[in-house]
Amino acid sequence: MSNLKLIMKREFIARVRNKTFVVMTFLSPLIFVGMISLITWLTTMNNDEIHKVAFIDQSNLFASELKTEGQIEYVNYSNFTLEAAKDSVVKRKYDGLLFIPSQLKTLEKNIEFYTDESPNLATIETIEDIVSNKLTKLNYKNQNLDIETIHNARANVEIQIENFSGEKTSKLSNYIKMIFGGVAGYLLMMFIIIYGNMVMRSVIEEKANRIIEIIISSVKPMQLMMGKILGTSLAGILQFFIWVILGGVLMTIVSTMVDIDPQEMAASQEAISAISGDKMEQIRLVVHDIVALPLGTLIVSFLIYFIGGYFLYSSIYAAIGAAVDSETDSQQFMLPIILPLMLGIYVGFFSVIENPHGTVATVFSMIPLTSPIVMLMRIPFGVPWWEVLISIALLVGTIFFMIWLAAKIYRIGILMYGKKPTYKELFKWLKY
Amino acid sequence: MDNLLEVKNATKKFGGFTALNNVSISVPKGSIFGLLGPNGAGKTTLIRIINQITLPDEGSVTLDGESLREHHVQDIGYLPEERGLYKSMKVGEQALYLAQLKGLSKNEAKERLKYWFDKFDIANWWDKKIQELSKGMAQKVQFIVTVLHQPKLLIFDEPFSGFDPINANLIKDEILQLRDEGATVIFSTHRMESVEELCDHIALINKSQKLLEGKVTDIKRQFKTNTFEVGLQHVQNSNLENELKQKFKVAPANFRSIEEQLKMQITLGKDESPNDLLQFLTRQAQVHRFVEVIPSVNEIFIKSITENE
Repeated sequence: MSNLKLIMKREFIARVRNKTFVVMTFLSPLIFVGMISLITWLTTMNNDEIHKVAFIDQSNLFASELKTEGQIEYVNYSNFTLEAAKDSVVKRKYDGLLFIPSQLKTLEKNIEFYTDESPNLATIETIEDIVSNKLTKLNYKNQNLDIETIHNARANVEIQIENFSGEKTSKLSNYIKMIFGGVAGYLLMMFIIIYGNMVMRSVIEEKANRIIEIIISSVKPMQLMMGKILGTSLAGILQFFIWVILGGVLMTIVSTMVDIDPQEMAASQEAISAISGDKMEQIRLVVHDIVALPLGTLIVSFLIYFIGGYFLYSSIYAAIGAAVDSETDSQQFMLPIILPLMLGIYVGFFSVIENPHGTVATVFSMIPLTSPIVMLMRIPFGVPWWEVLISIALLVGTIFFMIWLAAKIYRIGILMYGKKPTYKELFKWLKY
Repeated sequence: MDNLLEVKNATKKFGGFTALNNVSISVPKGSIFGLLGPNGAGKTTLIRIINQITLPDEGSVTLDGESLREHHVQDIGYLPEERGLYKSMKVGEQALYLAQLKGLSKNEAKERLKYWFDKFDIANWWDKKIQELSKGMAQKVQFIVTVLHQPKLLIFDEPFSGFDPINANLIKDEILQLRDEGATVIFSTHRMESVEELCDHIALINKSQKLLEGKVTDIKRQFKTNTFEVGLQHVQNSNLENELKQKFKVAPANFRSIEEQLKMQITLGKDESPNDLLQFLTRQAQVHRFVEVIPSVNEIFIKSITENE
């Protein structure tokens, strides 16, 4: 077996056997699914709460409109005086008291809602809607306008988006692209940080254990570094794979256990059948959009940028690991890693989404340190092939340069013990 | 005798600091070669150049007549001064790994490891992790890994540090046996008594330059000063000491003796023979001790370094 393979194998086994790695591999999907279930559960709990609202309607117009519906239950207190009603509401611990005065003309601004807790905005909005609707209808009537005519006269514009070759797309199309790009970019960043750190720790470990000199008397430092990067990435891919499978299985189990509520299912079935023609059309378009995404290009470029980005950054991580004696010392060199990663994510989430082909997005999808993230986010929006090609060429060139640079620092750094190097010294090492 | 290793005019600079300045050494086949020098003299840099860990700025290295290339790492076994093992890996696993990196096949490595583990009586450590072993125990494993692939050239940097006397002796015997089986050994250390015991050739490096090199016996011959340690009893001439001082360079001597004696070190001139001195002394007193003072490697070391300062 060649030395590179031997090193990769050892690194892979060392990573995979590590207790933290095993625990994280199996615990992360549990935590992830647990969090989602918890959030879902909390939201539904909140939704089940019934808000009791008492009202005094001196105008006698709204009693029929304020019907108990959804989460709001109305109690008519119109026979009470305001003071008596207040007392009673406080005693019965209702959520609030709605007071509608009798003067119709100034009604709009004079409705009051008494409550001690900060009011639930959804409740207020529901009440405002009900009152506004009623008042609008009354106003129409007073102006002798026919409600039916007005309703029919209202135009409801919905722009149909179509590309030049005549394919219809939904307005959701951009969101879908954003989600695809965003998820890819974010995944890449996480992968780089998690597994780059692993590479760095592995380098520091060999230095701290003082085994490094024994090893590099048998293999070239460059081989050792590459073996580390590759072996760790294999462990990372395995972990990701397990996460996806385990997460998927868990999600299915949890959703079948918790969410199947036969009534709700029936209701949603009804809802689906109730969806009118254009809604169905919308859904069809969304599905069509997903299928129409350049999935082949997306997957290929995802792989290229994923591997490229990981190599670029993990070689920097390896160089940092070689330069320092312990993980705490590594903090001072983290800036060149974290800064471009963050920049990539921010440019991706702000500039790319606002204008995928704008100058900022284009430039950052060319700069090698940010291009893996930014270009991954741009690609779903359709990037000319030559731009991708330039970006990949720049990336590959930089990777070779960076590995060469990192190997130089690595070669010197692994044999330096006991002092915290500065950037200046690292620069000097390049010339040794 | 053929030289297994020749380093010619090796120079290595780190920025403004010169670690090695035009150093050449020749290591004869089948010898134990002591590489001596104070801390920071450049020994480790030289050893790293031989191991192709560091590349020299100038100069050449030839091993067995071939100039040094990548495959030569398999012909060298190196036990560095800064040595350790993976803490969380099992002893057997990492010994196998390191042996395979040196080019052994897995089966062959296993077989040879079994032999050595049995020899050192550590077969039951195979599945232990290094963190469960003491430092001395780990050193045994490191020694085995260094010699396992039967290299032509063995390089030990301070091999005895961390060993108790019993294990140090065990390792010393192993080194001698390996030499007898045909290996050449380079041996870098501060412990002069082990140099005296083991080495037949030495080179002394100070401040990145080689001060001297050669067979230990030749060097000692070169450094001896024609000085004799003398112990006298029944001195008849009470003025003997003064007479001797007028004739020769006399210094007080310090050796153990049972009787009260006149003890001194007498240095002869270049053309004077010890026989003349002995004849002179026998006429004046009973000679109980007459020994030529041969400098120890330690004395040679200190003398050359201080003269070089």
